[in-house]
Amino acid sequence: MSDNNNNAPLLQLDHIGKEFYGNRVLSDITFDIHAGEIIGLVGENGAGKSTLLNILFGMPVIASTGGYEGRLQVDGKNVRFTSPNQALAHGIGMVHQEFSLIPGFTAAENILLNREVLNGSIMNYVFSDRVSTLDREAMHNRASAAIHTLGVNINPDMIVSEMPVGYKQFIEIAREIDRKNTRLLFLDEPTAVLTETEADILLTALKKLAKQGIAIVFISHRLSEVKTLCSRILVLRDGRLITDQPAENLTTREIAALMVGRESERKEIQVEFPSEPVRVDDVNEEIIKPKKKKKKVKPAIKVEHLWVDMPGETVRDVSFEVKKGEIFGIGGLAGHGKLGIPNGIMGLYPAGGKVRLFGRSLTLNKPRAALNRKMAFVSEDRRGVGLLLDEPLDWNITFTAMQTQGRFLLGIPYICQFRNEYAMTKEAKKYIEALSIKCTGPHQLAGELSGGNQQKVCLAKAFVLKPNILLICEPTRGIDIGAKSLVLDTLKNYNKENGTTIIITSSELEELRSVCDRVAIVDEGKIAGILPASSPAEDFGMLMMGQTKQANDNEEEEASA
Amino acid sequence: MISKFIQNAGWPRIIIALFLLGLFIAAPFVGVRVDTSLANTLVRFGMNGVMVLAMIPMVQAGCGLNFGLPLGIIAGLLGATLSIEWNVEILARLVEFGGKYNLSWLNEAFVTNWREPLGFASAIIIAVPIAAVLGWFYGKLLNRVKGDEMMIATYVGFSSVSFMCIAWLLLPYKHPTMVWGYAGKGLRTTISVEGYWLHVLSDALAIDVNEHLRIPTGMLIFFAVMAILVWIFMRSKTGTAMTAVGSNPEFARASGVNVDKMRTISVMLSTVLGAIGIIVYEQSFGFIQLYMGPFYMALPAVASILLGGASVNKASILNVIVGTFLFQGILTMTPSVINSYLQTDMSEVIRLIVSNGMILYALTRKVRAGR
Repeated sequence: MSDNNNNAPLLQLDHIGKEFYGNRVLSDITFDIHAGEIIGLVGENGAGKSTLLNILFGMPVIASTGGYEGRLQVDGKNVRFTSPNQALAHGIGMVHQEFSLIPGFTAAENILLNREVLNGSIMNYVFSDRVSTLDREAMHNRASAAIHTLGVNINPDMIVSEMPVGYKQFIEIAREIDRKNTRLLFLDEPTAVLTETEADILLTALKKLAKQGIAIVFISHRLSEVKTLCSRILVLRDGRLITDQPAENLTTREIAALMVGRESERKEIQVEFPSEPVRVDDVNEEIIKPKKKKKKVKPAIKVEHLWVDMPGETVRDVSFEVKKGEIFGIGGLAGHGKLGIPNGIMGLYPAGGKVRLFGRSLTLNKPRAALNRKMAFVSEDRRGVGLLLDEPLDWNITFTAMQTQGRFLLGIPYICQFRNEYAMTKEAKKYIEALSIKCTGPHQLAGELSGGNQQKVCLAKAFVLKPNILLICEPTRGIDIGAKSLVLDTLKNYNKENGTTIIITSSELEELRSVCDRVAIVDEGKIAGILPASSPAEDFGMLMMGQTKQANDNEEEEASA
Repeated sequence: MISKFIQNAGWPRIIIALFLLGLFIAAPFVGVRVDTSLANTLVRFGMNGVMVLAMIPMVQAGCGLNFGLPLGIIAGLLGATLSIEWNVEILARLVEFGGKYNLSWLNEAFVTNWREPLGFASAIIIAVPIAAVLGWFYGKLLNRVKGDEMMIATYVGFSSVSFMCIAWLLLPYKHPTMVWGYAGKGLRTTISVEGYWLHVLSDALAIDVNEHLRIPTGMLIFFAVMAILVWIFMRSKTGTAMTAVGSNPEFARASGVNVDKMRTISVMLSTVLGAIGIIVYEQSFGFIQLYMGPFYMALPAVASILLGGASVNKASILNVIVGTFLFQGILTMTPSVINSYLQTDMSEVIRLIVSNGMILYALTRKVRAGR
């Protein structure tokens, strides 16, 4: 680790630059990393973070597009990685945003993949190590040691495909730290899929690793995490290194401002809906408003004893009511079933129980029935369920409305109807403008957009349906700050303007508390409690930790008595 | 500009097109007439076009390439043989029908004059419902094996051909031109359509440029009409839903589309197009080939659409036209040119090498449009 006699930095970047087909994505990046340091690398989507990582990790995509400019030094020696294996050999490990685990293997097998503990036998002399059997017990122990370093409790014999996403993330990191020579670890958005508690565990683990001399480069959109974890913060913007400072010199607000490159704090986002332009200026007032008339309005949606069989997000017994015009939040830890609730109501996973919309019961297990009742759904799985990646934007935006409401069609209903390309393009243009979706036009393929813009397309798809009830899962997962506030403001605005009932499911409690009127916390497939958004954060925390509201109250009573 | 064209067309197509062009240029030097070759290419293009078109609905709905085309072809063969078996009866019924409903134009003279086109139409009219029913079962089967459609489809094709080998012998066909002479029952392996609907489409509106080059206008128009119908269908509400199912079934399901139903419709449509395709093929070829005839019919169609630039889950009419023309062009030209050059009669061997080589090449070219 630090047994290099010269005091050269672990990794030094010297004027690194990169062009993709004449399009400059990185220029003049110079900084160095010392052993035991935790560096926070932040930047908006498209600032060049991924490209920088690809260069450092020797991804083939860099070499195949003409290499990079500048010099890389490891321990003071020039290196130029052409494959990830070389980077690994130099002790550089990376945890990618997208998981690279083998679903059918256990945690231990994944962690020790290609580094298995082997039982020797006489056959080895003849056929080399390839014929050895695996020492399962030793593997189990090594894997649980690696998992244990992270401070979580995951059974090494659990199959990866049966784990909640948060666990997978830990397995991915455990694999990197099990590698004996790992000295530098790149973590690309490791907390994006984790809940707050899980993220805290991870941050503690990372600090522990840094103490052991491993340098860590931490990439995240959650600035408070970066601020608390990292000793140095680097901000990338438009391919340039904007700042390189010790973390204590910067506040999260300053970091955000540097990332966006403008005074973002006072930025007033103006969202215009096709129907009538509205300016969001005072959000607080609007949150209080629906609460006052709570008694008068009847429930828009009433859920009784709902169960949903969604893998990894099982819902056991959930009942709640949402008033018309309310923004209702559903929070909780990953894997406890909060995502199962909206998915179950929309009929995407097998479900049972009773759901009533405006007093009339809803047929479950049929997405079409839910859509016909004027509900709209934005899935948490943007690329898997939310979008047609290989089709143009106008298809994505208008398809659901076309199929369920018969709009954007020409011809005779039920006999022959054809796509009205003109109307589709026109509608798509309207929303591209209203939600400022960055694209080349309504005919660009959805797969080519960035995460934030894809999310806006998903919202547009839901808005086109003119829903009475809008169910939204993880509206801000994996998108940058600018897009995040725009998405949230868009939702608030839509609620205010159209009186649409909105149910938001999110792992980010702060986000729910800032947008919703009331927030329900789900714990082990049941609702632990429903609190007004203005309740103190500790109360929500208590609910998430598995203490129901009643238990909570009892304790308080006991304490006061 | 040029690089953009290359990117849009794709190198494989450009190379094959240049090779085809090269063969046309080389042809006169080895004594092969260019106009004869061109005529052959056009005829083969028209013959096979509809069967290649049959690939589109299934590819677009995400069911993969229709290796089960023989099933559709069998429906077409049933239509074709039944139209001959019942030819006299059908025509008589038509006259009867005309008399009953006072349709003065539908009389004896009309039916006699239009005997061949009516026979052809009756073959299609009989074949389509059979294909639709078979396609429905085939679709239900493919819905149970999502992800492995192409392998299962191949075996659906093979086993249906084998099953029909028995059926052709046992079905109670009686028509003397079709059954074995010595037993008076069981269909022959090859049945001529001469006197029924030979060249009904090929000769319609045909243009004789010279004695060697005859453009089968009617057949090309028929292909164009089918292509336009498919194009229109893919733009309909159902067609749009089908494309979405192929692009992302989860998205389609969340949008309230019945994924299995769309897939079944696409399989039915592919099977029906296969049935029509084989009847078009037979009217030009002149014979109905039963028994093992349909066994390998799927492969040239699959190869054509892949050569045309389609992927396993995206295909367009343009892919069909370009692919069919290139495949059939190479298949026509290579044997004749090489044969003349070698001065021996190896045309059949060369044809086999070329066609299977092309299929192999095309299958290695198949790409799945990435998620």
